Amino acid sequence: MIELDKLTKRYAGTIAVDGVSLRVEEGELLVLLGGSGSGKTTTLKMVNRLIEPTSGAIRIGGKDITGEPPHALRRRIGYVFQRLGLFPHLTVAENIGVTPSLLGWDAARIRARVDALLELCELDPAAVRDRRPEELSGGQQQRVGVARALAAEPRVMLLDEPFGALDPLTRDRLQQSFLAIRRRLGLTAIFVTHDLVEALLLGDRIAVMQGGRLAQVGTPRELMTAPADEYVAQLVGTPKRQAAVIDSLLREGERRP
Amino acid sequence: MNEQLALLAGRLLAHLELTLVALLVGTGVSVPLGVLISRTRRLAQPVLAVAGVIQTVPSLALLAFMVPALAAIGAPSIGTLPALIGLVLYSVFPVLQNTVVGLSSVDPALIEAAEGVGMTPGQRLRRVELPLAMPVIVAGIRTATVWTVGTATLSTPIGAESLGNYIFSGLQTRNTTDVLVGCVAAAALALVLDGTVRALEIGLRRRRRGLVAAAIGALALLYAIAAVGFARGALGGGARRIAVGSKTFTEQYILGRVLAGKIERDTGLPTEAVESLGSMVAFDALRTGQIDVYVDYSGTLWVAVMKRSDAPADRAEVLRGVKEHLLEEHGIVVAAALGFENTYALAMRREHAERLGARTLSDLVPAARSMSIGADYEFFQRAEWKTVEQRYGIAFAKQRSMDPSLMYEAVRAGEVDVISAFSTDGRIVSFDLRVLEDDRRAIPPYDAVVLASARLAREHPEAIEALRGLEGKIDAERMRELNVAVDEQGKSPAEVAEALLRGL
Repeated sequence: MIELDKLTKRYAGTIAVDGVSLRVEEGELLVLLGGSGSGKTTTLKMVNRLIEPTSGAIRIGGKDITGEPPHALRRRIGYVFQRLGLFPHLTVAENIGVTPSLLGWDAARIRARVDALLELCELDPAAVRDRRPEELSGGQQQRVGVARALAAEPRVMLLDEPFGALDPLTRDRLQQSFLAIRRRLGLTAIFVTHDLVEALLLGDRIAVMQGGRLAQVGTPRELMTAPADEYVAQLVGTPKRQAAVIDSLLREGERRP
Repeated sequence: MNEQLALLAGRLLAHLELTLVALLVGTGVSVPLGVLISRTRRLAQPVLAVAGVIQTVPSLALLAFMVPALAAIGAPSIGTLPALIGLVLYSVFPVLQNTVVGLSSVDPALIEAAEGVGMTPGQRLRRVELPLAMPVIVAGIRTATVWTVGTATLSTPIGAESLGNYIFSGLQTRNTTDVLVGCVAAAALALVLDGTVRALEIGLRRRRRGLVAAAIGALALLYAIAAVGFARGALGGGARRIAVGSKTFTEQYILGRVLAGKIERDTGLPTEAVESLGSMVAFDALRTGQIDVYVDYSGTLWVAVMKRSDAPADRAEVLRGVKEHLLEEHGIVVAAALGFENTYALAMRREHAERLGARTLSDLVPAARSMSIGADYEFFQRAEWKTVEQRYGIAFAKQRSMDPSLMYEAVRAGEVDVISAFSTDGRIVSFDLRVLEDDRRAIPPYDAVVLASARLAREHPEAIEALRGLEGKIDAERMRELNVAVDEQGKSPAEVAEALLRGL
C-alpha cells in the first residue's frame, strides 16, 4: 500500500506537483495519466526519492519512506525507466542481476533468478543472456528493463512511460505480457503514461493529473461515464469519438454485399 | 659504437622504468583527483587551470626546476627522484582532463538508472560512471604515455639515466650515430607503449574483453620487466659504486672516463658514470654526496660557488683560495689540478681579426659596436661577462645564445663575429680561430681541478691517493688533442681516456 499525503514539489518559481494526496491499495495498479508538464513523472520519482518533495509525505506499507537511506528504499522498489536506462557496458544478465548483486545475493541465485525473469518476460535466456543491450530490438530491451525492475522481488513497482517509444504492435504485446506478469505476482504498482488507451487497458484506477494537481481519480468506467471536469471530458472524449468512427466503418462494411 | 650499443639494454630499461613509474603515479593521482573535482564543480576549473599551467612549462625547465626545489627541502636532488616528480607533474594534465570530460559525458539517464536500481554514490561511480568514462580516460593515459616517453629523454641532465644519455652526449661529441640510436630507441619505445594502450582503449570502446585482457597482460609484462630492472638496481646497489660525474661537453666526458679509469686501475674499486649533468647540478650533486668525484674549473668555483667578483690574476692564488674554501665550507677535497686551464676565451676568425688588427680585447672595443657575439646559454648571465663589459666598456650590436657545440660552426660560417670559446676546444685550431688576449685580466683563471666528496675522502682514501696521481698530467695542448680526437676523429671518450691512462 502506497500513500501520498499532500505531496508538493516546488522549483524556483513554479509548482510541479501541488498538494497531491493518493492511496494505492495492496495489489492495485494505479495509472498516473496526464500530458507533459502535468507533474505525473515528478510525482512518480518522489516515491523512490529520485526527487525529494518540498513538502508532504509518502508512506509505503504505513512507514514513511524517509526513514531509510534512499539506496535501500530503491532496492525494494522496482523501477522501469522511460529512456530504458540499461547499462551499455553490462550484458543483459548483468543488467537484470544488478539490484540482487547490490543486495549481496550469491551468483547461483542471481543466475537462476535472471533466467526465470527472462522466461517470464518471454525472452529466451540462452539466446539473450550474454548479449549487450544494444544488440537487442527496442521491444526486447524494454522486456529486459521490466525484468530488471522485477529482479529483487519487489512488492512495489514504478513504471515511467515504459512502452512509450515502441511501435503499436510491440507495445500491445508488451502490455499484455505486463498485465499477465502483474496479476501473477500481485504487484502494487504506479504506472505513468500520457496515453489514455494504455491507461484504460492497464489501470485498476486512473489518476488524471493536470498542472500539478489531481483532476480526477477513479476506475476506467467512472472516468468514461462521469468525467469530473471539462479537461477529463475532453481527454476521454477523443478515444470515444475514434471508437465510434471505427464502429461505423465496420457496420458500413456489413451492409455491403 | 659497439661499446655504446652495449649500454642500450640498460638505458632502455632505465627509460622504461622512469616512464612506467611516472605514468603509474601520474594516473594514480589524476584519476582520483579528476573524480573529486567532477563531484565538486567549483574545484574543477581552478584545478584544471593549474594542471594546464604546469603543462605549458617547457619540459626541460620543469625537470631542471626539480633539482633546486628538492635540494631546498633536503631530498635527493639529482637522479631518479627529480626526474620522476617532473614526469609525474607533466603527465597529470591529459589524464586529469580526460577523467573530467569522460565522467561529465556519461548519459544522465544512466546515472538516474544507477540511482533507481539502488546504487550508493560510490557504487554508481565504480559500477557505472568509471566504466563508461574509461575509454576516454585511457585515451588521456595514451596521450600522457607518448609525452612521458619523449620527455623522459630530458632526465639525463638532472642525473637520471635514460635514452637521453645517447642524445645529449651524442650532440656534444658530434656523434650522429649516438643521437640516432637514442632517438630511434625512444621512438620505438613510444610506439610500443602507445600501441599497447591503444589496444586497451579500443578494447574498452568496442567492449572486447579479450583485447582488453591482452593489452592489460602486455602492460603487466612491461611493468614486470621494469620491476625486475628496478630490483636488480636496488640489490646491485649493495656494493656501492663510486659515482663519477661529468658535465655536458666533450672534455668532461673524456675526463670522467679518465677519473674512473684511474680509480679502477689503482684501487680496483668499481665506478659508475653519471653523465651530462648541468653545470651547477654537478657541484650540488657532489656537495650532497650524490656523486663522488668530477672535474670542475677554479674560475667557475671562484665566481659561482664563492660568489667572488674580483679576479686575482694569479692562477696559484685562485687555486689556493678555492681549495681552502671548498674544504672548510663543504668538506670537499681538491685532489688534483690536472695541469691545464679551460677558460672562457673570446675568439674570432683569424682572417677577420687580422683585418681589424685585433690581438687583444682592448683592440676589439671600437669595432664591437657593429659586431655580433655568440655564446653558450649561461655566458651572458655569468659574472665574468659582466666584468668584461665593465672593464673594457665593450658592447656588441647583437648577443646570441646557442648550444656550445654549434657556436664554433657559427663563427666559422660568419653567422656571428665573436664567440665565447673554451680555450681547450680543438676547433680553435682546426677552424683557424684567434683567441683575443684578456689584456685587462677580467676573466679569472680556470684551472681544471678534480673534486672529491667528503664521503669518498673518508671511506676510500686510496681513491683520493689514486686521483692525486693525475696532478699536472694533462697540459692544455694535450687536452685539446684529446678533444679533437673525439670531436673530429670520431673516437669515443672511453677510447681516448684509455689511451691517455696507458701513457701515464
